[in-house]
Amino acid sequence: MIRLFKDPKFQEKVVFLFLFLATLIIIVPVVLVIALIVARGSSVLSWEFLTAMPRMGMRAGGIFPAIVGTSYLVAGTLIFALPIGIFSAIYLSEYSRRNALTRLIELAIVNLAGVPSVVYGLFGLGLFVLFLKFGASILAGSLTLGVMVLPVIVTASREALQSVPKTFREVSYSLGATRWQTIRHAVLPHALPGILTGAVLSLSRAAGETAPILFTVAAFYLPRLPKSVFDQAMALPYHLYVLSTQVPNVKLELQYGTALVLVGLVVIANLVAAVIRGYFRVKKQW
Amino acid sequence: MRKYYEFVVEGLIFASGIASIIFVLLIFIFLLKEGLMVFRDVGLFDFLFGKFWYPISEPPRLGILPLILGSLWVTVGATIISVPLGIACAIFIGEIAPGWLREILKAGVELLAAIPSIVLGFIGLVTLVPLVKKFFGLPTGLTAIAGSIMLAFMAMPTIVSIMEDALNAVPKGYREGSIAMGATKWQTIHRIVLPSASSGIIAAVMLGIGRVIGETMAVMMITGNAAVIPHTFFQPVRTMTATIAAEMGETVQGSEHYFALFAIGIVLFAITFLVNLLADLSLHRKPVRA
Amino acid sequence: MVNASEKIQVKELSVTYDSVPALRSVSFSVLEHEILGIIGPANSGKTTFLRTLNRLSDLNPKLKSSGEVLIDEKDIYKKWNVFQLRKKVGMVFALPSPLPISIFENLAYGPRRDGVRNKTRLSETVERSLKAAFLWDEVKDRLNESAMKLSGGQQQRLCIARTLALEPEVILFDEPCSGLDPISTAMIEDAMRELKKRYTLILVTNNTKQAARVSDRVAFFLMGELVEIDQAQKIFTVPKDKRTEGYVSGRYG
Repeated sequence: MIRLFKDPKFQEKVVFLFLFLATLIIIVPVVLVIALIVARGSSVLSWEFLTAMPRMGMRAGGIFPAIVGTSYLVAGTLIFALPIGIFSAIYLSEYSRRNALTRLIELAIVNLAGVPSVVYGLFGLGLFVLFLKFGASILAGSLTLGVMVLPVIVTASREALQSVPKTFREVSYSLGATRWQTIRHAVLPHALPGILTGAVLSLSRAAGETAPILFTVAAFYLPRLPKSVFDQAMALPYHLYVLSTQVPNVKLELQYGTALVLVGLVVIANLVAAVIRGYFRVKKQW
Repeated sequence: MRKYYEFVVEGLIFASGIASIIFVLLIFIFLLKEGLMVFRDVGLFDFLFGKFWYPISEPPRLGILPLILGSLWVTVGATIISVPLGIACAIFIGEIAPGWLREILKAGVELLAAIPSIVLGFIGLVTLVPLVKKFFGLPTGLTAIAGSIMLAFMAMPTIVSIMEDALNAVPKGYREGSIAMGATKWQTIHRIVLPSASSGIIAAVMLGIGRVIGETMAVMMITGNAAVIPHTFFQPVRTMTATIAAEMGETVQGSEHYFALFAIGIVLFAITFLVNLLADLSLHRKPVRA
Repeated sequence: MVNASEKIQVKELSVTYDSVPALRSVSFSVLEHEILGIIGPANSGKTTFLRTLNRLSDLNPKLKSSGEVLIDEKDIYKKWNVFQLRKKVGMVFALPSPLPISIFENLAYGPRRDGVRNKTRLSETVERSLKAAFLWDEVKDRLNESAMKLSGGQQQRLCIARTLALEPEVILFDEPCSGLDPISTAMIEDAMRELKKRYTLILVTNNTKQAARVSDRVAFFLMGELVEIDQAQKIFTVPKDKRTEGYVSGRYG
């Protein structure tokens, strides 16, 4: 018996078994959570649930304004963060040299990615809501979420740009193109799939976050659609938070339904990103 | 004309390039601008080490020690759970699992990373919390341990994916050399691969911890939110993040309480800044010759 | 040949890479409508020289140069706009380097960046360039297909055509046949002989036989130095320098 334990082959089997079990401990709950949300959420999922206003203090009716609010927020986030993020990635990939400034930018990006989401909420409250006097509004929320997803977009886009072969740039320059022409016509088009992937992932992140919108945009209960970017709005994640902790006697099914819509949105976004990545990996010819 | 256009575009590119630095500075400035006001009324020492957080009593008592300790307990618990599991999972996915299984498992981990924290909080509230209550025979399941378990799951995708990258970065020749000398796969992983990937593993753990400290919604929903100094894992705690999220909505702008919440933000920002800096330095460390 | 005008004059050109010398005070001239072959072993500075001529070397901040290069008697660093220079001095790279876009768009890339919008004019340019590179008949029915679908030899002729689309005066070839089979190589060499009637060609090659086949004159580079430059025939039969003799007879390389 003791000899068996000293046999490296046997040791290996035991260790691998434990590693496998550890992996199961992580993966099985994920599957269970998704299954639970789908099983219980799908019972309330209906056209009405998706397109109706909430009624009876959110204890009945649908989640339409939350879906609309989240869509507006996501759109606003991308409008703000996508150009800055892509340009920032272009700077890092095509213009910057290995120097202190570049390192500082990289550190700033790493740090932005690590700032707690609730701190983004404070920042958005301080800068956009109060200092710039946007009030709690879609605008303030979008800007806050935009700063939050910036590192996601920059990192993905930079990687995409750097994976474009150097020869494309050399060919373009050798044909008399300027630096910007080279980037615009010989580099960017071929980095687009990677940039798109980053954009979709940041979309899913912006749709799912709650803490940054708590004080910058979220309306507790607002059974009408926002009219302008200076309006407050409901949002899916905040709605789920409200339903599960702030309103007594809400049917659990409504919460599962909201969770299902939110998870569905996020999972679809991630699938789209994976498909884009996979499709272009196959198509890529260099 | 074209030159002018390019000049403008390149200006925008440079401006965007340094945007990240500007945003970090702006975050810092606006946290300081509001947060430092609290120190007109409370000393730094009393703020950080005061044992009582009664923000709405008269006069308010603004000691955040219970909140710091709340965050600490939950973080330590989550780290104890997530680090071994996360490392084991990364080794299994990166080194052992066959191709098809690897892809499935990676998708599972990515899925976990993608689930919004509010959803995990909600699921934790309706499944994990009753389970903890029953299993440990507690008066309430809303405890530090429930928060730790929940947060461990939220940290694991970070740990697994960054550590897997680190494992991937170990040159194939190292493994082949070891196998060629008659070592088993596990001996190779344990003696060659893991030591070579050590800085990546440290970074993975640091970033996982960073994720845990900053997590807000899930932790707010399932740790019970009692602002008292915790003594065990089996009692309700309140973290710094949860305090901000729960109380900012009810506070009066310009009040001491309001400023104190921003000051907590400064503390959080400083901690995560440090954690991320350490992780990044570890990743960019010049490889040490063995 | 003595009376032929000097298209390019190189005067004491030195280049360092990260302060290591890559070219050491090289001086010579390239004549109009000749094919100048540049031979020499690896790391002898051939490619560095070529990339200096169209200032592609500017892209690498570690490269520093001194001395003068005149094209049409104008200093390439002081008198030429770099983008005009690169249009005037086309380049064909060692490996076929089509962009992963259509054949037509590859050809139109240079003219479009130059501001040509007119579709008819672009089509004319594309056709003329492809004909000049002997590729037109093979691709005229599939101009909208991806250039990546062409064979290696076709891709390399596409790259030649692409530089021709800009109506250059000098074309630089950086080991253009290194990845190609003998038949494709022969086609490209034929194209070069034809092109020299209208352009000045510089061919960097590791293949001394190729240099002998197509060049009018040949320069031999060794460790950043220009050892010898002369009529191709003389270089390969009666070289003046021992080192040249050693290289062309295959004693080292």
